[in-house]
Amino acid sequence: MKIKKSRKYFITKRFDNFFLNLYSPFQFISRFFREVFKPPYEFKEIIRQCYEVGYKSLALITLTGFVTGLVFTKQSRPSLSEFGASSWLPSLVAIAIIRALAPLVTALITAGKVGSNIGAELGSMKVSEQIDAMEVSAVNPFKFLVVSRVIATTLMVPMLMCYTGAVAMLGAYLNVHQNEMTSFISFFQQAFDKISFLDIFSSLIKSIVYGFTIGIVGCYQGYNAAQGTQGVGKAANASVVISMFLIFVEEILIVQITNSIR
Amino acid sequence: MSNETNINKRELVISIQDLYKSFGDNHVLRGATLDVYKRENVVVLGRSGTGKSVLIKIICGLLKPDNGIVNVLGKEVDKLDNDELRELRLKIGFSFQNSALYDSMTVRENLAFPLVRNLRKLSQRQVSDAIESVLNDVGLSQTIDQMPSELSGGQRKRIGIARTLILHPEIMLYDEPTAGLDPITCTEINKLINLVREKFHTTSIIITHDLTCAKETGDRIAMMIDGKFLKQGKFEEVFQDHDEQIQNFYNYNFIK
Repeated sequence: MKIKKSRKYFITKRFDNFFLNLYSPFQFISRFFREVFKPPYEFKEIIRQCYEVGYKSLALITLTGFVTGLVFTKQSRPSLSEFGASSWLPSLVAIAIIRALAPLVTALITAGKVGSNIGAELGSMKVSEQIDAMEVSAVNPFKFLVVSRVIATTLMVPMLMCYTGAVAMLGAYLNVHQNEMTSFISFFQQAFDKISFLDIFSSLIKSIVYGFTIGIVGCYQGYNAAQGTQGVGKAANASVVISMFLIFVEEILIVQITNSIR
Repeated sequence: MSNETNINKRELVISIQDLYKSFGDNHVLRGATLDVYKRENVVVLGRSGTGKSVLIKIICGLLKPDNGIVNVLGKEVDKLDNDELRELRLKIGFSFQNSALYDSMTVRENLAFPLVRNLRKLSQRQVSDAIESVLNDVGLSQTIDQMPSELSGGQRKRIGIARTLILHPEIMLYDEPTAGLDPITCTEINKLINLVREKFHTTSIIITHDLTCAKETGDRIAMMIDGKFLKQGKFEEVFQDHDEQIQNFYNYNFIK
């Protein structure tokens, strides 16, 4: 008599699930903001995660950043030379790298490397009941696992973005130097001539937003993984796909806002 | 009669009344009622999928019941806020079926994890002493610096139990403690469950479908069939019942 009756759906099962799936991430994000300021703080775990996200991504970021700067310069030269404007190359490259390429490349690389890692790690912890084990031992798993990882990605992606920008500019300089024998100082003087505070500031804001997105999406997918090992794979995959999609959406929005200010 | 009177005088630690829990159309618990008294080992026996694990997950607040009352150490679990639930969980140890050790941590870190986060004022020395002491209790001092992946199934179970014992719980919940282990290791785990009760004065619920485990560890057996307790009592009393489902369960097990 007291057995709960089959769930009645508000519209249809599919529609209800769609709206529930939209609501649940917002609940997760609001829990993050509630927990992030509440002691105790997991400083040691945050530092460990910063090391995992930041230091362990350096090799990949160095290679990608350097190639991006080098190739972009190489590809841009013929078009500029056609108009006799190859002297604008340092400025053009700097604008492209600082405004768009450095934040985007860093975010996409981090989403692929770190986002999938977070999704898979938390997913496997979820399906093997390790998260439940934390909960029953009176430890807040959300604080230890989610808050520390999201803080780490939010802090580390801007730093990695600065590093990517520097390495990409170095790649660009090497190409320019090889072709035009431009000196290091002269290249960077020309490059930063057209860069404004707003360019650097908007890129920093972008990468903070991207870092937060990568962390929260990875954690959400992993924390809510189900269906055993298949669920872990799905969580890792969804972490990358969804965060990359959101990064592009955020890029469009932030560029629109920045352009309206500029 | 006098035995019954004695039991009634004992302190009630866990009281479950008319508990219902469904997952969609799957009605798992259908009116389960069970009382567990202080320092008693109650074994919940039943086939897979009858709601045994769901029952102990409701007791420690991992799942919420649809209907019914779960009272643990005088507190209604369903009505507790986060801080009260955390306080209660400090008094409950939960040994998971697959041990649920933290893969990325050594045995030492696994054991220190709940301790340093719940008793933040402890010194490094006190934490080390507590870890060594609890590892001695489960007889695995030599594994202190090993990773969970380097341990055997039985060792993982013991470390899982040690991790819960480090907080000196009043209640122990064992989810299939002997599942997937060889008979000798099963006997060792059964002895450990009894040792835990003697040394830590715990009240335990042991979820299993292993009759040897039930016989060796249980003061009382609660037979769960289709989401409710069909029969409770001593091992012999339960299996003297002529109910077809209970007899089937007994006959299909290796003890005759």
